[in-house]
Amino acid sequence: MESGSDKGTGGFSAMDDYETLISTTDADLLKRSWRNEKAAPEILQFESSLVERSRAQIQLMEETVEEFMNSGEDPLTVSLYQMDIDRTVFLLRSYLRTRLQKIEKFMFHIQKTADLWSRLSRQEQKFAKRSIEDMEKHLDQSVLSKLPDWYKSHLKQSGTSEEDDMVTEPKLDAFVICRSRKFVGGLPVDDRQVNNMSFYKKGWGDYIIYSKVKMKKKLDKFCGEENPLDMYAGDIYALRYKSIKPLIESGQLDLV
Amino acid sequence: MSGQSDPRGSTFSAAELEFLAEDETIEIVPNLRMERLSLICGDFGPFRPQIATQVPIWLAVALKKRGKCTIRPPDWMSVEKLTQVLEAERDSASSFEALPFHYVEISRLLFDDARDDIPDVYMVRSLIEDIKDVRFHKIGTGLEKLSSRTYAMKLNLSAMEVNVIRPFVTGGLETFYKLGNPDLIQESSDRPQHRRPQPADRGPRRELRR
Repeated sequence: MESGSDKGTGGFSAMDDYETLISTTDADLLKRSWRNEKAAPEILQFESSLVERSRAQIQLMEETVEEFMNSGEDPLTVSLYQMDIDRTVFLLRSYLRTRLQKIEKFMFHIQKTADLWSRLSRQEQKFAKRSIEDMEKHLDQSVLSKLPDWYKSHLKQSGTSEEDDMVTEPKLDAFVICRSRKFVGGLPVDDRQVNNMSFYKKGWGDYIIYSKVKMKKKLDKFCGEENPLDMYAGDIYALRYKSIKPLIESGQLDLV
Repeated sequence: MSGQSDPRGSTFSAAELEFLAEDETIEIVPNLRMERLSLICGDFGPFRPQIATQVPIWLAVALKKRGKCTIRPPDWMSVEKLTQVLEAERDSASSFEALPFHYVEISRLLFDDARDDIPDVYMVRSLIEDIKDVRFHKIGTGLEKLSSRTYAMKLNLSAMEVNVIRPFVTGGLETFYKLGNPDLIQESSDRPQHRRPQPADRGPRRELRR
């Protein structure tokens, strides 16, 4: 499958040490992308080269299995190979399907945001375009054409709306659960720290990381105040998606 | 395809968690001779009778179902280890013992398909049930600490436990975040009132549809 851009996959390699790189198979990468895509509120960059490699592998394996069948290989071996193919096919399908669900849900938002649009593969862009056309037509025929001019837009509630307030957007403020792959220090937990924004107001600023649920005893002292946050390898946290978005994109954190 | 989780929720279904757990490796002792398998998920084997080898759980279960191997339960699944874990879990009100990320799913898979390979299977099973109960009770107590000042929550738990509390934790934190958002409060005071209040460009949106 071709992609509208080729930014995908490379994201992981930049930060991974050599060791994890050579021990990571495409099956693992696909699993990770699938989990991230399923758990993230917005659509992520399409993993074009990974998807392409997985498709090639599936095809290759299917040919191998066919050869086995023709050459009278042990049926047990054949069925094990088939199971392995089925598992990979499931992951790939579910990954693509999760993306289509997101596209259907946020199509108008994705369309008007160039950054999001470029995350889709070419096929997905085609799909999005067609869905948008159909949805516009449907809304127009069933409701909007019968309303006064003031209310005819499918993007705005009425002519007074300054912005497109009828467009479903992903909730980037949503909390997600993520696991760190290795130590991540000084994690900015609060959005205001990321952007260093000016609307930080005194009195609202005393955000505390509270952690009572934990596994490692040595971290007992951790509970209470600590800002910013240090995550050790394997730690699992519920955090706001917006504040950790770059870390997911760079592959330092996985969504679980 | 069956087993897909609800498209609207971001949580994983139980079947999907089991799918993930099936990729964890386990030791088997095959009783057949089979060449090395070069699968998409990695190379396994060669398989020789009585020679132990590491394979993913799905492969182990597939062989087991056909009577081609015995599965060696992982170290943590012994009565001795589990008794220790259970005691430690009971002793501490807030900390959790280290168990594999997929311990619930793995034990379930082995109970279903490899009962005869687990020594004292009834004991092991009831110990795991007890551990699960104790942990869930602690998790429930821990969640009471969730407050409007919580900006991050540490959840070093197993996959299934995280998945079960996910809707509550993420929903709760999100609601607290919305209520504590200073932008919303500013918004109402310094924006001129329209005929109908418009949603702010920052901060959480009002759900207009649905």
